[in-house]
Amino acid sequence: MAMTEQRVSYTLDSSLETIDSAEEKATRIATELGFADDEVMQISMAVREGAVNAVLHGNGYAPDKKVTLAFERTGEDLVITIRDQGKGLDLSTIPNPLAPENLLKTSGRGIFLMRSFMDVVEIRPSQTGTELKLIKRVHGPTAGGKEASQ
Amino acid sequence: MSMKVASRQVDGVTIVDCSGRITLGEGSVVLRDTVRDLLAKGNKKIVLNLQDVNYIDSSGIGELVSAFTTTKNQGGELKLLNLTKKVNDLLQITKLYTVFDVKDDEASAVKSFK
Repeated sequence: MAMTEQRVSYTLDSSLETIDSAEEKATRIATELGFADDEVMQISMAVREGAVNAVLHGNGYAPDKKVTLAFERTGEDLVITIRDQGKGLDLSTIPNPLAPENLLKTSGRGIFLMRSFMDVVEIRPSQTGTELKLIKRVHGPTAGGKEASQ
Repeated sequence: MSMKVASRQVDGVTIVDCSGRITLGEGSVVLRDTVRDLLAKGNKKIVLNLQDVNYIDSSGIGELVSAFTTTKNQGGELKLLNLTKKVNDLLQITKLYTVFDVKDDEASAVKSFK
């Protein structure tokens, strides 16, 4: 796909279906943008984890709260934004999942996985919700003609 | 695509053949219920065959950890068999590869139980 700027956004319910839908959208868009298969998997998994946080931890499945998901192609970046309408994530409560005392915990790996898979992960909590920004840069010649655009 | 499981016995060891996705929701619940049912029936030597598990998210990873600790706490052992590259990579980056006993062939997995 040409490296033109483009943006698409969705307003989604706070449901399990939204999580699957967000993942599917990420897979489709990343594929269309020419990312390699392993990068598509990383992007879709990061979006899934972000959607889980928004639906489950942010909005708490509340039917009156929405999740906004946006994909934007800007230059060399795929910028994905996920917003919820929860109380705002408390970043100080997120443990390091690689610490020996946390290895056997059954949760707390979502943000770590996002950071492992994406080039930039920004989390902006506020009293009206949390905004998550995920950025994946085009790395190789397999992804949409990076060399030609430089 | 939801997750499916089928259990079979090999020399006193329960092999659970898993397929599909282990993710938040149905996939995680299926795994949790399966392991709990096995333990309740006294099957404490468990191998999760993940050969046909093509996707797992952080909730699914958490469910694997829960299955491992629940089994251990009841005096049993739970091992993983035939990881796909995706699942293997996830266990590597989360350092859980060092926690689980991971096997790549069924016969040695069965023999490894005391």
